[in-house]
Amino acid sequence: MKTVEEIKAAIEAAVPGAAVEILHNPGSSGQHSLVLGQKWAVEVATFLRDDPELALDYLSNVSGVDWPDREIAEKVKVTRQVVRTVDGVEQTVDETVEETRKRVEPGHLEAVYHLYSMEKKQGPLVFRMRTGNRSDKVELPSLTPIWRAAEFQEREIFDLYGIVFTGHPDLRRILMWDGFKDHPMRRDYVEPDDFEYEPTAHDEVLARAQEHKSGEQGTGIRDQEAAKAATATGVGQ
Amino acid sequence: MSAPATDISIKLARQEGWNRPPVIEPDGEGELLEVAMGPHHPSTHGVFRMDVALDGERVIRLKPVFGYLHRNHEKIAEGTSYLASMPYTDRLDYFCSLTNNWAYALAVEKLVAQTVPERAEYMRVILAELTRIQNHASSIGFLLQEMGASGTPLMYAFREREKILDLFEGLTGSRMMCNYMRFGGCRVDASPAWLDATRKVVAGIPEFVDEFEQFLRTNEILMARTQGMGILRPELAVNAGVTGPMLRASGVNYDIRKVDHYGIYDRFKFRVPLGDHWDIYDRYMVRMLEIRESIGILEQALKEIPGGPVMDPRAKIRGFRPKPGEAYGRIEAPKGELGFYLISDGSPNPYRYRVRPPSLINLTVLEDMCLGHNVADVVLIFGSVDIVLGEVDR
Amino acid sequence: MLGEGILKGLTETARNFAGSFVSAERLTTVQYPEQRIPTAENARVFPFLVYDGTDWEAGMRCVACQICEKECPPKCIYIEKSKDKKPDFVGKMQIYPAKFDIDVSVCMSCQICVEVCPFEAIKMDTEFELSTTDRFGGLLYDRKQLSRSNEYYHKIHPTEAAEVDARLAEEKAKAEAKVKAAAEAAAAKAAAGLSVSAKSTAVSAASPAAPVANPAEAAPAPKPDGGGE
Repeated sequence: MKTVEEIKAAIEAAVPGAAVEILHNPGSSGQHSLVLGQKWAVEVATFLRDDPELALDYLSNVSGVDWPDREIAEKVKVTRQVVRTVDGVEQTVDETVEETRKRVEPGHLEAVYHLYSMEKKQGPLVFRMRTGNRSDKVELPSLTPIWRAAEFQEREIFDLYGIVFTGHPDLRRILMWDGFKDHPMRRDYVEPDDFEYEPTAHDEVLARAQEHKSGEQGTGIRDQEAAKAATATGVGQ
Repeated sequence: MSAPATDISIKLARQEGWNRPPVIEPDGEGELLEVAMGPHHPSTHGVFRMDVALDGERVIRLKPVFGYLHRNHEKIAEGTSYLASMPYTDRLDYFCSLTNNWAYALAVEKLVAQTVPERAEYMRVILAELTRIQNHASSIGFLLQEMGASGTPLMYAFREREKILDLFEGLTGSRMMCNYMRFGGCRVDASPAWLDATRKVVAGIPEFVDEFEQFLRTNEILMARTQGMGILRPELAVNAGVTGPMLRASGVNYDIRKVDHYGIYDRFKFRVPLGDHWDIYDRYMVRMLEIRESIGILEQALKEIPGGPVMDPRAKIRGFRPKPGEAYGRIEAPKGELGFYLISDGSPNPYRYRVRPPSLINLTVLEDMCLGHNVADVVLIFGSVDIVLGEVDR
Repeated sequence: MLGEGILKGLTETARNFAGSFVSAERLTTVQYPEQRIPTAENARVFPFLVYDGTDWEAGMRCVACQICEKECPPKCIYIEKSKDKKPDFVGKMQIYPAKFDIDVSVCMSCQICVEVCPFEAIKMDTEFELSTTDRFGGLLYDRKQLSRSNEYYHKIHPTEAAEVDARLAEEKAKAEAKVKAAAEAAAAKAAAGLSVSAKSTAVSAASPAAPVANPAEAAPAPKPDGGGE
């Protein structure tokens, strides 16, 4: 099969203006991926499926990945003009100081697609789409009209990660029950406080048991709602 | 059928919605009868529900509902080390624990470019083919059970399966939850006594398959109920990501053992059976023929297995920290393509651990195959998909 | 003829049914619990702690290194280290587990604890008829309930136990040889030191010039603080 660079060139030729980048995979598997922009995803996917040379007609796997916000501490060299006394004469001199700046890189959610070709017996091609952020800009175009294999898997990503796939024929929860709130596979998911008897509790289970026994309020979303309901009825009384 | 079975490059005029399920109009008047088949149901292969809307006996709408066995295996794996996830993979497709182990070991070995000694590769092939035989035999047994055969073919299949499970117990210590593969080989070596016992069991399987087929192949009830039923067009199968015996019964020649050349499958001569009519009977026949092909592979492997270590001496069991990177490894499990997608960030736990479950993806086309048929056929069509809920829900 | 396939199937069933009265191969049912199938030698059910000798507390091989606790996938092992030490089979003073609980209802028999134990202290049992009516503590085994002797281990897993014993004997022999060599070197050094100072004082004890004949007399084995401190 063509290399990732050749595929990128083919995509850019077929869908002009498409934003495609190569994401290098530092591990030993050699499976590098392409990062696609959302706007051109449907056209690029149609090209990948229908191109006679690539013929990537089989969508094998759709995964969701959660990249939370990261705090990055960077050492930056800052050059400033300072007034100094040099040999008894006052001059403005350039002084270079190293400062540590902290910034928060916003996180995003990601959907990773693995494509193979059943016709040409080749593959895999890995491509990813990233959402804007993790809170309000979580839409991605659905590729179910192009590959039916994405139907259940995109529903699962919606259920467990919270990415909303626009254009999906039937987007609802698939593994959790319909009234469930919150998205379990996210890295900041807090489980509800339903601690049961655990005889050999240690590490985080022990911490949860102690929290439960001390009667502290859990911070998960079900506990928050229970607290809201309790205060509401309290107010009503 | 007029279209040649193996030529899938036929591209239909892709109208809008060509890969969506057909819309069936009800015949009679009045409301549709909505029935929930499951989750507490003897024929649904586990806790699985189908919301069907019926017009008399005909199915107008069918929506599968699952998640009753969801244990969030993927999140557990993010919290434990790579080695500790291995026993959890046993419990995904609990019928075929050894192929689950192999798929996970393969994905991790791809992640770190780990080599596997030859004897271990032979052991993996032997155990995978034994798993395939017992899975296909049980699957046919369950299909017949749902057809009303009250357990006789099922018990015959299970009698053979017991012999294979005894072999697993003798080697790995446990009948079903084997936890046998490691990253870089296998956990324990097989003694010559075990290999002899395996050869004896394998020598007895062709007789069992003949006996089984004598029951079934010309049975009029089986033929009447399964031929022409549950037809899955090859273009739809490919587009819906269907893999495994279901795909090959729809005429598409795609077997990952032949395509990916993983392990040492290139050294064995075996054929890939394909179906011509794309119905349930073809799926049953493909599974029977695959049992026969697996017997051939087993005989070759048991003859050629070399000596040597079963574990790469440089592989680490504890303190395993792969470099950052990602890998997708897949094998031909008895139910379809079982893949593991791993993202590592250099820590002892995986950053993202994803299981690509064949049973879940094969269920995508359940609706297409069942609409317009009777309720009794829904049970059969569902049985021919051959799912295991441990894998669908993880 | 219509129905021929069904008839063929029925003859097969009849053959198996009639045959089950005469041939053992066709009668596949085992009347449990009156009849039992012997378990395979390798079978693994739940872990137990091995002890050498007759006293389970003194002979316990476990040194509370907590590796099995860390590697256990469902975290069903709970260990508390002791404050004092007791000698192990080589003679070295090791800490031992004051508490070693395994919640058998959580354990999934994966055998990873056995694989990672460096001291051959925890092995898999084959007892599976362990049901109890006590829901909350009945399946939580403490270290007394978990301890079984080495003879029991030989009974249930003969080949494995033989291998383990061979390995432990080898380790013990190596440790003893190391102690011997260290004692020899120490005695030789002491002898050399003595011979220097012998010029001034007449010392008659173990003759300094002759090589130390029996190092076992020079240094009593096993030395509690000898070896690899």
